[in-house]
Amino acid sequence: MHSTRSSATEMSEPLLSIRGLKTCFATRAGMVTAVDGVDLDVYPGECLGIVGESGSGKSVTFASVIGLVRSPGFIAGGSIAFEGVDLRTLSDEGWRSLRGRDIAMTMQDALTALNPALTVAEQIEEVILAHANDLPRGGRRDAARLRAVEMLRLVGIPAPEKRIDDYPHQFSGGMRQRIMIAIALSCRPKLLIADEPTTALDVTIQAQVLDLISDLRRELGMSVALITHDLGVVAEHTDRVAVMYAGQIVETGPTRELIDRPRHPYTKGLIGLIPRLSDLDAPIRPIDGQVPELIGLGGTCRFYDRCEFRTPRCRTDIPMEAVEPNHHARCIRVNEILRVEEVLQ
Amino acid sequence: MNPLALVGRIAQLLPVLLGVSVIVFVMMALTPGDPVEIMLSGQQVTPEQVQAMRHDMGLDRPPLERFAVFLGNALTGDFGLSFFHRRPVVDVIAERLPATIELTLAALLIAIAISIPLGVAAAVHKNRLLDRLAAVGSLFGISLPGFWFGIILIILFAVHMQVLPVSGRMDYACEVAPFTRLMTIDSLLRGRPDCLADALSHLILPALTLALPMAAVLTRVQRAAMLEVLRSDYIVFAQAKGISRRRVLWRHALKNALVPTVTVAAIETGSLLGGNMVVETVFGWPGLGRLVVESIFVRNYPLVQAAVLFYAVTYVFLNFFADLLYTMLNPRVRL
Repeated sequence: MHSTRSSATEMSEPLLSIRGLKTCFATRAGMVTAVDGVDLDVYPGECLGIVGESGSGKSVTFASVIGLVRSPGFIAGGSIAFEGVDLRTLSDEGWRSLRGRDIAMTMQDALTALNPALTVAEQIEEVILAHANDLPRGGRRDAARLRAVEMLRLVGIPAPEKRIDDYPHQFSGGMRQRIMIAIALSCRPKLLIADEPTTALDVTIQAQVLDLISDLRRELGMSVALITHDLGVVAEHTDRVAVMYAGQIVETGPTRELIDRPRHPYTKGLIGLIPRLSDLDAPIRPIDGQVPELIGLGGTCRFYDRCEFRTPRCRTDIPMEAVEPNHHARCIRVNEILRVEEVLQ
Repeated sequence: MNPLALVGRIAQLLPVLLGVSVIVFVMMALTPGDPVEIMLSGQQVTPEQVQAMRHDMGLDRPPLERFAVFLGNALTGDFGLSFFHRRPVVDVIAERLPATIELTLAALLIAIAISIPLGVAAAVHKNRLLDRLAAVGSLFGISLPGFWFGIILIILFAVHMQVLPVSGRMDYACEVAPFTRLMTIDSLLRGRPDCLADALSHLILPALTLALPMAAVLTRVQRAAMLEVLRSDYIVFAQAKGISRRRVLWRHALKNALVPTVTVAAIETGSLLGGNMVVETVFGWPGLGRLVVESIFVRNYPLVQAAVLFYAVTYVFLNFFADLLYTMLNPRVRL
């Protein structure tokens, strides 16, 4: 068995600690519970992957963390502690000084996340000017500009001092993604929320951007919450992973172990979707069925309808259970499934 | 900015002007009534004298020939003599134009000063009290006729409270040497605060009358554009940076949300320059609109022709100016 468990997870206090988070959207059809009782920790310096398909609640979970759940959504319960401070008690000014400085975010598509009407220079400098308190008096703007150029160089924009006054549309997709990362990291945040950082990019650029994030994480010593629907990305770039399904975390553990020995049937299904270089002829097996509507759920395992292992006993709310000290799954048949796996191998 | 773009616009203008000339000429020709009869009505004249006057004005020639002569002269910048003023049409228009421009600019400034903050605030407080009030106010502004509103203002401020003059542009006591021919600006330039106050007191009611319907439209446009922009990813991303809320709204959102407002404001300004006859009449404002209305009544063909051409040119240039503003607001747009 692998022991690639991140040493950070055992040694230190979590940087971010989410408990019982519940985020709802009031829609015409009824109350949609997009995030339903999520517990999650992010430790200093680690990269946590959050995997799930669209609508699983992974993005909404972290929109809640940074306090930017879009209307008509709202946090209905639970706590979000960052360095011991409950973010739900923050004032507007508290949020303002936290965002960008302690917790930063990148979005899926830099083309829509960067303001088309403002220069790259202005969009980076404003973050630095908002948060840096070590800029020289009288020369704040010049100092901010120097730092902005430095950041662009750090993320690999060629000739940044010349290109900084260009507008976002004058850059290629990959360069725009790098600019967005430069903006997010310009105040050296402790936590970066990277929401689908590669989905909008060509495959060749994807690896570059992910490597960039990994390199900068080590260089700046920050934590990264990498939100993705691609377990292949998770396998390569994260220390731990949380799998989300229909608003709940269904499995969480060290990345290597979770991928080698998945316990939840949904995780197993996701892993079946990764093409393997060692066995290119192996068929990719899609998971049948659809994610349930997130209205009025409860009283049954949410994966029940799509599960190959379902039994009548699954028709109840299933708690998370430890299967290893750092590995938890929301399934009552984890041990049976593991045995099946061993027999098959 | 590409200087060729301006040349292109001017080239586009030519067919527009030709078309407008034809339409105005045909309409005036088809309108019953004869300027000579109107001018000479009630006077003892012989048919020979009438004939001589018609010949003098070129009205005895067939319409097609008259049109050709008009076009030929217009190309050299000669729009002929005003039948009634017996002076070049261009001079008569130039005399009245500054009053209309001053009134239009004042109305535009008031409309912008009301509509942009109100539109932004309504979008930010969507469906709350302020938004509802702005919606009701806009509905009134759009649906109430301008002249009615003008008369109400006169009754209120000039008749009842007697704090503002009923009509006119300037008190006769104030004589300011003309420079821009905009009374407010000239008073400022010549250091005459008393005249500035007088000019403003005459300007405020007609300007408000024109501004309120315009502000009503612009507020709706600004609110809708702002709501659209506030849903964008780049607003969420800007918020995630921890910059001030004021900056998110007034820099990130507004710069994008101004584009539709600028378009509509340009169109509205064009129609103010050309179409405020009613308000100019209600307030006795000595502008171009009143001149044109009077000229239509007495069939003063040369003046109407020239004025309508002027409106067309103004319209095209205002739109060009709006396009220039786009390129400043949205760098992706190239002229």
